Amino acid sequence: MSVIAAELSTQASAIATLGLRKSYGEIEVLKGIDFTAREGEVVSILGASGSGKSTFLRCLNLLELPSAGSLDIFGERVKLRLGTSDPRIADRKQVDRLRTEVAMVFQNFCLWSHMTVLENLMEAPVHVQGRNQAEVREEALSVLERVGLTHRVNAYPAQLSGGQQQRAAIARALVMKPRVLLFDEPTSALDPELVGEVLKVMRDLAAEGRTMLIVTHEMAFARDVSNRILFLEEGRIGAQGDPQKLFAGGVSDRFDQFVRRFNESAVR
Amino acid sequence: MDWDFLTDVFQQLLGGVPLTLQLSLMALVAGFMLAIVIASAASSRYRLFRWIGNAHVEIFRGTPLLVQIFLIYYGLGQIPGLRQSVLWPFLREPYWCAILALALNTSAYTAEIIRGALQAVPANEIEAGRACGMSGLLLRRRVTWPIAIRQGLPVYGSEVILMLKATSLTSIITLIEMTGIAHKLISSTYRVMEIFAVTGALYLTLTFLISLAFSLIERRLQRHLAHRRN
Repeated sequence: MSVIAAELSTQASAIATLGLRKSYGEIEVLKGIDFTAREGEVVSILGASGSGKSTFLRCLNLLELPSAGSLDIFGERVKLRLGTSDPRIADRKQVDRLRTEVAMVFQNFCLWSHMTVLENLMEAPVHVQGRNQAEVREEALSVLERVGLTHRVNAYPAQLSGGQQQRAAIARALVMKPRVLLFDEPTSALDPELVGEVLKVMRDLAAEGRTMLIVTHEMAFARDVSNRILFLEEGRIGAQGDPQKLFAGGVSDRFDQFVRRFNESAVR
Repeated sequence: MDWDFLTDVFQQLLGGVPLTLQLSLMALVAGFMLAIVIASAASSRYRLFRWIGNAHVEIFRGTPLLVQIFLIYYGLGQIPGLRQSVLWPFLREPYWCAILALALNTSAYTAEIIRGALQAVPANEIEAGRACGMSGLLLRRRVTWPIAIRQGLPVYGSEVILMLKATSLTSIITLIEMTGIAHKLISSTYRVMEIFAVTGALYLTLTFLISLAFSLIERRLQRHLAHRRN
């Protein structure tokens, strides 16, 4: 076992699911996922389209409600009313609080179009977390400096490039001081030449030892940056483990097949 | 051209401006509040509420305002129970009947404007709010409504102008607002063309001011799209 892996295994669990299922009517998208992410771990979630990887990620901050199973965030069980065809949140306040700890970065950035970059960043800390406005402002400005957007502080989202918008969205998540960052295909909506600037920000965050779960199609990023791969296949865990070992091949036939297919389509 | 006469007409018509504005404003305020109720009913989870909301919109949008004014002013008085009720002191006054008819009418259109504006709010911006821990009133106040207002404002500006012009119909039930004064002047002078020309110009001035006000507000609210204007 490598030093990093040994260190991680002693870390507390950040997010844990047990038997997590999600169905839409007759169609079952997630068929029982047992998964634990430890604090400080960077997990890349891979899988073909329709494998349930985005649904799984969205379940982790309750944008989708699981149909069955359990979800623990930092040891705290999320209270849900399951068992019917219409799952509900049992404790709205708990979920609102946990969502500020498990921040989400979306594929389509989803910045609020009527607010400037700075206003986007300050919104949740001030109005949800009730933090001091002047302090949040200072912090927002320093986060924007980190992601290289100091010159666009007062711009509106529509005035930014896709890469800039996604960096602003990442900054918006960071200002909430979340304990986990979720990324839902953060570079899939970007022009190829803008992907790099977003991946660089994510690389820096990973190097800081942040807990990150990333649904992605960036194979090189998954291999080089994450501590673990979670490979989903038709709503189940197809394979998981150390990225270097998995990508070396021979561990899981299905994962090898997925990577091969991916590379073929990339060449084409 | 008889400038003295035109000036005289203009000054007399000015006396009707306060009533015209009053009728518009009262109807718009009451109508807007009713519209919020109607729009919520029309998008309710319960079928009965949805039905009531949609029926209200269809009825008041689908019949002429003049017919509505007649029905309320002349029609309600024929219901015996109403004449004994506490509402009668209001409903026998043309002033309150006019406001009621105008308010009901604008509430139907405004409910549709509200519904459309809320539907036009991008789902992903609401989702981003949820993902940051917003819910309930906070989410509406900070994300949904500010975006919806920006969507609905231009259309609502037209509705305000329509309402101001619609007050002219209330002259039929004896209200002496701008058009009512014009009628009176015509019956004593028979100078139809000049009087209605001045009346029209006065309405145009008022609606132009409303237009201007709305485009100023819009400009302010649409700063986030300012770069697209050129």
